[in-house]
Amino acid sequence: MNTINEQIHRVPLVLGDKSFKDVTDAIARPAEAKAPKWWVVGVLFSASVACILFAMIGYLIWDGVGVWGLNNPVGWGFAIVNFVFWVGIGHAGTLISAILFLFKQKWRTSINRFAEAMTIFAVICAGIFPGIHVGRIWLAYYLFPIPNSMAMWPNFKSALLWDVFAVSTYFTVSLLFWYVGLIPDLATFRDRAKTRVKRLAYGFFALGWSGSSRQWINYEKAYLILAAIATPLVLSVHSIVSFDFATSNLPGWHTTIFPPYFVAGAIFSGFAMVLTLLIIARKIFNLEDLVTIRHLENMNKFILATGTMVGYAYAMEFFMAWYSGNQYEAFAFVNRAFGPYAWAYWIMISCNVISPQFFWFRSLRTSIPVMFIISIFVNIGMWFERFVITVTSLHRDFLPSSWDYYTPTWVDIMTFVGSFGLFFSLFLLFLKFLPIISIAEVKGVMAIADPHHYESHTKKGGQL
Amino acid sequence: MTSKQLFPKWFNYLPIIVLVGLTLILGITIHLFWFWFSPKHLEVGYQPKQPIPFSHELHVNQVGMDCRYCHSNVEVSGHSNIPTTETCMNCHKTIKVDSPAIKTLTEYHNQKKPIDWVKVHMLPDYVYFNHAAHVNSGVSCVQCHGNVNKMTTVYQAKPLSMGWCLECHREPEKYLWPKEQVTNLDFRPDNQLKLGLQLKETYNVNPGEACSVCHR
Repeated sequence: MNTINEQIHRVPLVLGDKSFKDVTDAIARPAEAKAPKWWVVGVLFSASVACILFAMIGYLIWDGVGVWGLNNPVGWGFAIVNFVFWVGIGHAGTLISAILFLFKQKWRTSINRFAEAMTIFAVICAGIFPGIHVGRIWLAYYLFPIPNSMAMWPNFKSALLWDVFAVSTYFTVSLLFWYVGLIPDLATFRDRAKTRVKRLAYGFFALGWSGSSRQWINYEKAYLILAAIATPLVLSVHSIVSFDFATSNLPGWHTTIFPPYFVAGAIFSGFAMVLTLLIIARKIFNLEDLVTIRHLENMNKFILATGTMVGYAYAMEFFMAWYSGNQYEAFAFVNRAFGPYAWAYWIMISCNVISPQFFWFRSLRTSIPVMFIISIFVNIGMWFERFVITVTSLHRDFLPSSWDYYTPTWVDIMTFVGSFGLFFSLFLLFLKFLPIISIAEVKGVMAIADPHHYESHTKKGGQL
Repeated sequence: MTSKQLFPKWFNYLPIIVLVGLTLILGITIHLFWFWFSPKHLEVGYQPKQPIPFSHELHVNQVGMDCRYCHSNVEVSGHSNIPTTETCMNCHKTIKVDSPAIKTLTEYHNQKKPIDWVKVHMLPDYVYFNHAAHVNSGVSCVQCHGNVNKMTTVYQAKPLSMGWCLECHREPEKYLWPKEQVTNLDFRPDNQLKLGLQLKETYNVNPGEACSVCHR
């Protein structure tokens, strides 16, 4: 990344002449000040939308899956589309936190906390859908290896079961990673807290952190180990999600390109979502000096790279459909682009392949309005990608007499909308009560953290 | 004076307490589902009161009747029948006609009404079970119904859970007896495993484990 400028000087990661205290004050302010009006309104609104989600789930359980738009060939509809969409979004967090940490990309420190929180909330939203789509939800425990009197045991040969473990492992590790990173900052909040309740709440989760050198040594070891554990998960989770499709014998699903293509798509959508949220948050909390244009530009480069990979995968699917000489494979893809769901396919292509190409230009890459709009487009496009993969492959199955057109019902749509309510409720609570930027880590990459920083201000400094 | 510490000293043990607590909760939950909510606990020992105090112990153990005298369809039908009052009356026209229980029986018979026996061994509707297929493969009555020949009032002796069915479907050699001993509930072979393997071969016993074997 652009760590070096023309004069071979490090580009500062934190702008402005800030002291350590300024950083702590800036990040702790939202948690200490009275809740602003926009926040109260936002929480109430998103909590009401989240209630729609729970109402829809209740209705689904009460009435059965018939309330959804599923039909005979299309047995996987919105539930699976939404699941893959949310899990995909949950990929940016660990990539930024773990992989960029191992590669010592210091620019990650300003955005990792934020991205990790987003990951966890997105995986929570994702986890709801496979649970409820089983129909008889009281039998969902069949997914887990629990001893029972029926001698029922999960089928370990099934990709769907690997998925259960992949996603739950990913959630656990992401949560631990996020939490371990939070401990020193929670201790800061505890020490600054004015009321006893706050002191106890932050203190409980700060695990008695005192900031001693010994604690820091252990802490950094633990963080490194967790980063190493989390790194393979970034690649494995969405690979396994892609196996849900790729291991079945359906034209349009049964391709070997799926795992890398899904991982690229996941990182693509994850970065887009981080970008959307971060652009708003840095503006509201005046964090422009900590989350600089350079951070945003770096993320745009990721979006450009992964978006192009996704475009390559779309093209390669068509190439393989032709090159394989398999008429069913060929039909599946021609039908995708020109069949009844062509509208969804071209929305996907325009949002995912065309829109990120604007980021080749530096002026567009660094323009806040442009990147905000493109990030929204990518979010939309990546939802449609999962819709196209799931529905277009299913709606024309091997038996032409059962061909049908899938249309979601209002319950399908409100469940999806409701999941955004849950996501934003959790996110707003995070913005208010937790340090949204890692205080301890950001201090480490500031100019004044360099022991030689003050030498540059005095001529003799270097000879001491 | 208030302490400088936010939390009392015993909080240092909190991680251990939480770990031990979670392990206990997990263990108890598994035990709860695996045993307490299972037929092993909920159904074994079910012994409803019957309209007539019919004693299998008396009829089989003392009188020496064969199961198939009353349950006559067991070898030819999927469903094993409860005997009609006519079957009972074959003997009880002349035997113990003065006992109050036989008087009730005779009354049922004269009114041409079946006796309202209470069913003891119940399988869910989604399970297909064929008595003839089992009995003709050398699975004795005792394997599923217990020693009915010793029961004054019939009770459920085995859990009849899916896991329990699968135990035999996976290793039938542990349970197979010669066909002619199937209704001899006190028969116990000297070397079950050797006999079972032999019979499995002779009777060509291949119990399936696929879902559709029982859930058709």
